[in-house]
Amino acid sequence: MGDFHNPEGDQERFRFRLGFAAIAVLAAFGILFGRFVYLQILQHDYYRTRAEDNRIALIPIVPNRGVITDRNGVVLARNYSAFTLEITPSRVSDLEAAINQLGEIIDIQPKDRKRFKRLLDEAKNFESIPIRTRLTDEEVAKFAAHRYRFPGVEVKARLFRQYPLGATASHALGYIGRITDRDLEWIGQREQEANYKGTDHIGKTGLEQHYEFELHGQTGYEEVEIDAGGRALRSLKRIPPVSGNNLALTLDVKLQEITEKAFGDRKGALVAIDPANGGVLALVSTPTYDPNLFVDGITPDNWKELNDHPSKPMVNRALNGAYPPGSTFKPFMALAALEAGKRTPGQTIHDPGFFNFGNHTFRDDKKGGHGSVDMYKSIVHSCDTYYYLLANDMGIDAIARFMGSIGLGQRTGVDIGKDDSGESKGILPSQEWKRQRFKKPEQQKWYAGETISIGIGQGYNAYTPIQLAQAVATLANDGVMFRPHLVHYIKDTRSGEKRIVEPQPMRSLNWKPQNVEVIKRAMVGVNKEGTGARAFAGAPYESAGKTGTAQVFSLKGANYKESGVKKELRDHALFIAFAPVDKPRIALAILVENGGFGAQSAAPIARMVFDYYLLGKVPAGAANEDAAAVEDDNDE
Amino acid sequence: MIDFVGTVKHWGRQSVAHLDAPLLFIAMAIMAVGLVTVHSATFDGNQRMASQAGNMGVALAIMWFVSRLPPQKLMRLAVPLYVVGVILLVGVFLFGIKVNGAKRWLPLGFTRIQPSEIMKIAMPLMLAWYFHKFEATLRWKHHVVAALLLVVPFALIAKQPDLGTAILVGAAGFYVIFFAGLPWKVIFGLAAAGAAAAPLLWNVLHDYQRKRILTLLDPTTDPLGAGYHIIQATIAIGSGGAVGKGYLNGTQTHLEFIPEKHTDFIFAVYSEEWGLIGNGFLLFLYTLLVGRGLIIAAAAPTLFTRLLAGAITLIFFTYAFVNMGMVSGILPVVGVPLPFVSYGGTALVTLFLGIGILMSIHTHRMLVKK
Repeated sequence: MGDFHNPEGDQERFRFRLGFAAIAVLAAFGILFGRFVYLQILQHDYYRTRAEDNRIALIPIVPNRGVITDRNGVVLARNYSAFTLEITPSRVSDLEAAINQLGEIIDIQPKDRKRFKRLLDEAKNFESIPIRTRLTDEEVAKFAAHRYRFPGVEVKARLFRQYPLGATASHALGYIGRITDRDLEWIGQREQEANYKGTDHIGKTGLEQHYEFELHGQTGYEEVEIDAGGRALRSLKRIPPVSGNNLALTLDVKLQEITEKAFGDRKGALVAIDPANGGVLALVSTPTYDPNLFVDGITPDNWKELNDHPSKPMVNRALNGAYPPGSTFKPFMALAALEAGKRTPGQTIHDPGFFNFGNHTFRDDKKGGHGSVDMYKSIVHSCDTYYYLLANDMGIDAIARFMGSIGLGQRTGVDIGKDDSGESKGILPSQEWKRQRFKKPEQQKWYAGETISIGIGQGYNAYTPIQLAQAVATLANDGVMFRPHLVHYIKDTRSGEKRIVEPQPMRSLNWKPQNVEVIKRAMVGVNKEGTGARAFAGAPYESAGKTGTAQVFSLKGANYKESGVKKELRDHALFIAFAPVDKPRIALAILVENGGFGAQSAAPIARMVFDYYLLGKVPAGAANEDAAAVEDDNDE
Repeated sequence: MIDFVGTVKHWGRQSVAHLDAPLLFIAMAIMAVGLVTVHSATFDGNQRMASQAGNMGVALAIMWFVSRLPPQKLMRLAVPLYVVGVILLVGVFLFGIKVNGAKRWLPLGFTRIQPSEIMKIAMPLMLAWYFHKFEATLRWKHHVVAALLLVVPFALIAKQPDLGTAILVGAAGFYVIFFAGLPWKVIFGLAAAGAAAAPLLWNVLHDYQRKRILTLLDPTTDPLGAGYHIIQATIAIGSGGAVGKGYLNGTQTHLEFIPEKHTDFIFAVYSEEWGLIGNGFLLFLYTLLVGRGLIIAAAAPTLFTRLLAGAITLIFFTYAFVNMGMVSGILPVVGVPLPFVSYGGTALVTLFLGIGILMSIHTHRMLVKK
């Protein structure tokens, strides 16, 4: 093999290749030198002028942010243009003096100075910062006459976001605010830095944040020639911006308004969903706040007031409040039992008014018990003992599997906030959950006794109102489940095309139709002869519901007497419902914090919502608490 | 009795015995250009010249040490260094931490390292060792194996993504294969196939990758984004003219128009202040450096040393060409520093490792022949 191996030849060939490489290197350096000659000799004059005063300034033109409308085209978020007086700090030597002089011709309030200072601290290097917003035409003219005195100060037309309906639906819409370092990181991750040159506001919460990159639009720019003072002399080229895409919501803002009013000054949440497609019809969290406060940069006083207020208006209770579902859990427990074959509809139990497990006694709300109880009666009269037994028979993991399948204890993925930051998961208790939740081994073990109160929606159970609404909607829609969403379609500005956000169901749970029917009939019973009957008396449509109460804390030994308890310590009232039963158009979950019983404060709100949505009936004001409902029936 | 003077003289001679004077002087000359330019790029901000001088001291010490290692020792290092390098790269792929959107660093608890840097030296060492081992029985299949040894680390680095380093590592490997006698028809065949596949490749590129290429062809299409760097660097070079604006007088530099001005774009700073004459001088120095390297390669006694010397020399060329090409707007922007000039310790150490190896090869050649 070594015969034709010739070291001399190899060396020769290697040297030939070295020579070749040497020529290639010289050629490549020659090309570079040619390029330098081209740039530095032939094009020198051109580049010298471009460098000498680097007088070509690229001015980004911020696009119009997309408009948000409700399902009937009512505008919920729009833009308007206003003149601002702005200072470029790098071009003003003595800011304090300049502002004082400006103050002689234009009204500048201490709060304007304060905001300017704050923005100055946050500012990136070269940008101009508003000292006054919303100048009148007269003020613009006045400044124009004096502008020679103020290098580095100019009047600019800026776009402002406006929420015409104020506090209505603010938790759904969210708001925009000035871009912070964290926002910049987000923009970087999406490789949108270039597109955000010149933009100084960004969606901070709600739809405004979730659809930020749809709403923003494509930044245009203008190449302008500037003089030594940095003022624009003439425009050389203009690439217009492309406005952001518009959002058309599934939300009915009239329904939203009526619902918010119905809550009055009570704290709570309501989520109403169209069961046939998951479109959110109303998403209420009270109290609410006015998002317009944030647009100009919220003042520290306002911010403090909103943040420190004991009723926490900034918290979106519909997505971030996790509450025990109380008795609204029972219809789902019953359905789980039917699907698992653990109960038949006609099977009865005997309820003596309590259930003994180990050495602990679980009490039913009704002293002496409900006697013989079948599934229908267990839901209509909200019999606790039935569900103590059922929970014990099913075991925690079977319960968790079923409740997980209808979305409880998971983020629904509703289109609010960035990624999943806008939504809490809640707690879906299971053996696995407990193992991960606690550190000490003795706490990690699931005790069979803990399963019992899970059956009536108490214990570790904690779900957000939107999860409950999704679960009810799924039940109403016979097990075909949709992701709740507020945007019906995105209208693309460029192509004019309408992109439907959520056309397909998430999953189909394949429940037996006869099982679903049993539960629905029982929930109809609730509104006809049970805890919901007073609220729905005389309704011309057939509705299905279930009331519930979530304990705020346990009153040991004492008999819960609602009137004797301070308002903050009253239980939370819950209600889930849908209508019309044969072809559901609306499903909802309501939570009234410290509302006491569901029948008393939550169900009347549901009646108003249904009456408006199904019949077009506009109510007078807030839903009254129905004190009589308490006397009548306190066994939720 | 004891000849102190003689002993000291002997030590002195000993300590410089393995340095190659021409190579050392050329490298020092380029480094002097670098130091002066780093000063200009940073004197009105975060002063970096002193710290760069410190980096150079460390790099020179490493060069001195490496130059004293005989090539046989280097050869023994080839396989372990390569294997460790690949393992670390896989580690980056699996456990690396993301900085600025690229996964390049491997956390080691107390510190973090960038394994792709090791590969710049490990790759040519490994391939040179491989061809040396199979020198007598070289067949086409060895070229295939060599190509595999090249492609695996290349792909791992490109995936991070760090295109600049991937190109340097890939080029280092290719040069070894080229010098080992890869047939011309294969080289031209690959080039032709590459040219033919370009339109296909275009279709599989991501939008942002296409945009990067289009930006190179016409930077004005993205003047707010990536095009900005190229436009401003080109203005700096062009406005420098024949003789430059004078040291410390570059307006583009000192008015902050040049991005990354003390690292990847330092050539724009140099070029603005020293003009075409300065550029010609720098190109001349690089030509001398490459020339000296090729002479060392031609005189190298064994296949291993020949291949290694040739590849390292061409890598110096590649650094310089890619960097100046991208800053002057004829190559896409990838992260490659200007050798011996850009600020930064890691790159300097790698470069002087290369210089040290060249010196070792040259000063140990007689011993091998005997």
